[in-house]
Amino acid sequence: MRTVRFDSRDHYRNKVYPSPFHSRQKELNGLKEWSRWFDYLSVPAYTCPTMEYFSGRNTCGVFDITPMVKHLVSGPDALAYMNRLVTRDVAKIKPGRVGYAVWCTDEGQVIDDGTIFHLREGVYRLCSQEHQIDWMMINANGFDVNIIEDTHDVAGLALQGPTSCATLKRMGLTGIEDLTPFGLRYFDLDGIELMVSRTGYTGDLGYELWIDAGYAELLWDRVFAAGELHQIQPMGSDALEMLRIEAGFILAGADFMPAQHTVRPTHTRSPFELGLGWLVDFKKPVFNGRRALLAEKENGSRYALVKLDIEGNKPADSSYVYSSTNKNIGWITSAMWSPSAKKNIALATVETPHGAVGEEMLVEIYYQRELKWSRVKAKARVVKDAFFDPPRRRQTPPADW
Amino acid sequence: MKKYDAIVIGAGHNGLTNAAYLAKAGMNVLMVEKNEYIGGATVSRNLHEDWIYSNCSYVCSLLRPEVYRSLDLAKYGLQVVPYGGSVTISQNDDYLASYVDHDASRREMQRHSHRDADAEARYWRDIMRQCRFIRQFLLRTAPDPTSFKPRDLLEMLHLGKEFWKLGEDVLYDTIRFYTMSISDFLDEYFESPLIKAAHAGSGIIGSAMGVMSPGTAYVLLHHAMGDVDGTAGAWGFARGGMGAISKAMGACFEDNGGEILTGSGVEQIMVKNGKVTGVALENGNEYHSDIVVSNMTLPRTFLECMDANDLQPEFLKRVRNFKIRGSSGKLNIALDGLPKITALRDNQEMMHADIHLIDSIERLERAYDDWKDGTWSKDPYIDMIIPTMTDPTMAPPGKHFMSVFVQYVPPKIHGRDWTDADRDAFGETVMNQIENYAPGFKDLVLHAEVRTPRELEDEVGLTEGNIFQGELTMDQLMFNRPIPGYAQYRGPVKGLWMCGSSNHPGGGVMAAPGANAAREILMDQRKPNNVPEGWIDD
Repeated sequence: MRTVRFDSRDHYRNKVYPSPFHSRQKELNGLKEWSRWFDYLSVPAYTCPTMEYFSGRNTCGVFDITPMVKHLVSGPDALAYMNRLVTRDVAKIKPGRVGYAVWCTDEGQVIDDGTIFHLREGVYRLCSQEHQIDWMMINANGFDVNIIEDTHDVAGLALQGPTSCATLKRMGLTGIEDLTPFGLRYFDLDGIELMVSRTGYTGDLGYELWIDAGYAELLWDRVFAAGELHQIQPMGSDALEMLRIEAGFILAGADFMPAQHTVRPTHTRSPFELGLGWLVDFKKPVFNGRRALLAEKENGSRYALVKLDIEGNKPADSSYVYSSTNKNIGWITSAMWSPSAKKNIALATVETPHGAVGEEMLVEIYYQRELKWSRVKAKARVVKDAFFDPPRRRQTPPADW
Repeated sequence: MKKYDAIVIGAGHNGLTNAAYLAKAGMNVLMVEKNEYIGGATVSRNLHEDWIYSNCSYVCSLLRPEVYRSLDLAKYGLQVVPYGGSVTISQNDDYLASYVDHDASRREMQRHSHRDADAEARYWRDIMRQCRFIRQFLLRTAPDPTSFKPRDLLEMLHLGKEFWKLGEDVLYDTIRFYTMSISDFLDEYFESPLIKAAHAGSGIIGSAMGVMSPGTAYVLLHHAMGDVDGTAGAWGFARGGMGAISKAMGACFEDNGGEILTGSGVEQIMVKNGKVTGVALENGNEYHSDIVVSNMTLPRTFLECMDANDLQPEFLKRVRNFKIRGSSGKLNIALDGLPKITALRDNQEMMHADIHLIDSIERLERAYDDWKDGTWSKDPYIDMIIPTMTDPTMAPPGKHFMSVFVQYVPPKIHGRDWTDADRDAFGETVMNQIENYAPGFKDLVLHAEVRTPRELEDEVGLTEGNIFQGELTMDQLMFNRPIPGYAQYRGPVKGLWMCGSSNHPGGGVMAAPGANAAREILMDQRKPNNVPEGWIDD
């Protein structure tokens, strides 16, 4: 059911709209709390964030990703256009494949990050964290492309966790086990086209399911029916936040400021400064920010985004980061106790030249015990890989649990 | 004969702010005011039964929070309450609403242009970058770039440093902002005529320039740099009307020993041997002080209240050439009930908002054409608001006060003075314009105060009816405001000071010129400074 009609001047009567899955979410949302994700109601937690987190690491959890901003890019110049827009080489994302990407201002500062789905030969879906149609149209000059935002036309569910493949198999998606990470495939769901990609925001075995918003409830019901024997659970955004930090994934607005929303000019970041240098392909002759990024590569970056393994067990939210010689060099952007890695983990921004893998740092943690505040300066070490990275994430075909 | 430590002329909000700081510093201060009441253009008056009007200024955002706090205006009864959004009504029975809710506003813009809805982020980012830069200079005296005094050199250095800190792109933009038209500026972001028109109003309000005139982009910044409790760009109502602001300031002044004398204006600022000695009032009374602070406009101070023999000819010539052109009129209306704006249908939420009647940049420019032609716009731009939707104190329950700001209205009609008949015809034009959007509106009108530039000058003292006490153009800003060499609140005669909006940083109910002038006076008097610095945001 499509629930938002922007062409109606009466849209103001509601400040926020039910997602296409709302009828099902409402039944399961025991806490009766709702948060907002742009135009839609979103569920922070259905019963308990910790239990929902463990569904993503132990069985499988379902998260509604409909509110994510989605664009469709097609036309003769679609590939050339995408290559102009983002820093990586989109030609390497073959039909049926998905790639993570960032796009930059002329100054090489990150506007947003997102995922490119090569849906069919020359037809791309770009999912982004922020609204991008203005920037995408600005970039369309000189290209024969057709760009639309279809956020409200497509309903999406993330099914993440060890039993997610088994669930989809039971749902009748024959051959799903052959889908490799970052692959996508189409299936028939009672005559309706269902697109499934082996992608997610959890760093685990998982899939994302995309369907015409009019058939959202059908999808939800079929997924939950199939998942019953595989301990499927609905998952809220609190749990997803834990899963993504553990996977070392960054979040716009939390770990970096999107350039078009940043008032203070030095508060933006380049891909290099976010640890995303691997997404910048200088072999491409032209792309937005290329010149600035080339200069940065030669002259050095101002900041580094690092993963920190912090001693002790006190989460380091909103903390300052110090060098081993006690100089203030940065701050924590995301932090938590990792239930799966059994580590005290964080993402942090530090001034260069700090940030090399293995570097020892100090983190000033404020913590509260029965209302009383205390402070500790905990040792921390820069680590290279995701804090939790199970082999099942890449295994094809995946095991059933 | 009693001698005061200082005499402040004009009980508008800047005069009161100035006087309050001087009194708080222990000075014995007299405030003189020509009207029977205080407030100037920051005033609430009762002209019809139980209605209270905000007769001139009608909304509040620029008032420096540092002044609000340090004069303890809350203690003296001032409450500023934010109001809900804005709406631009078009002639094709549609509208563009700006809701307090961010996502609702985005959806509303999307209704008119999908691209523009996203471009809004870029637009506000660029506006806010400029506002952050300007805001820090509001409560600082502008440096004299030709001076070699240490404080001017240091201040110039500070200005340069902050300018440089903006970064390359913003630096380019800054220069463009001060020289561009609001129309050209909006073209860089938006495509929808209605969305452009909705944003353009702030570029011309109070200014005798058209949306296509260079310099109007800055006027937009001047309207965007305020806030309500830290919500940048937000506007609010002073509970009880704008007079609540001057009332609180007056109470603070009197609480600190100040004396207010209303009912007689200044006939002459008295000067002897190149020094001021006091003021002679129209009622014949004379009051003496070595310090006289004028909150009047620049021309009113020097051309009407001083002897030309006491001033240099070059200075006087500059004063005569000061751009202070009237461009707006105001209707204050007592309504028997809430009007129904056809296009809004039953969108009651927008009846709380600032309501603009305009469709496009072109229509705004044509409205300006009439002004150039020497008459009021026959199809005027209207910025109206119904404070009684939010403020329960200004009209009986179920009844309403509507503030109607109108542009353009020239200071003279085809070169001659306004007549009562002109004023009534102007009022009729405005009423008819509103009636077009809200049939039945005129039947609700119980009483209306119609103010053209003539009334604004005669009753309030705003020369030519210019609401900013002088145009906000680059040639009259910062160290050039009001005129080069006199930007530090010191007049051309010893002991004479200027604290009105003719001075840096200009008009609007900001209280910054009054506060800055007080700081300078206290510095000269070697008294401890009690005027706050601006709060730093980095």
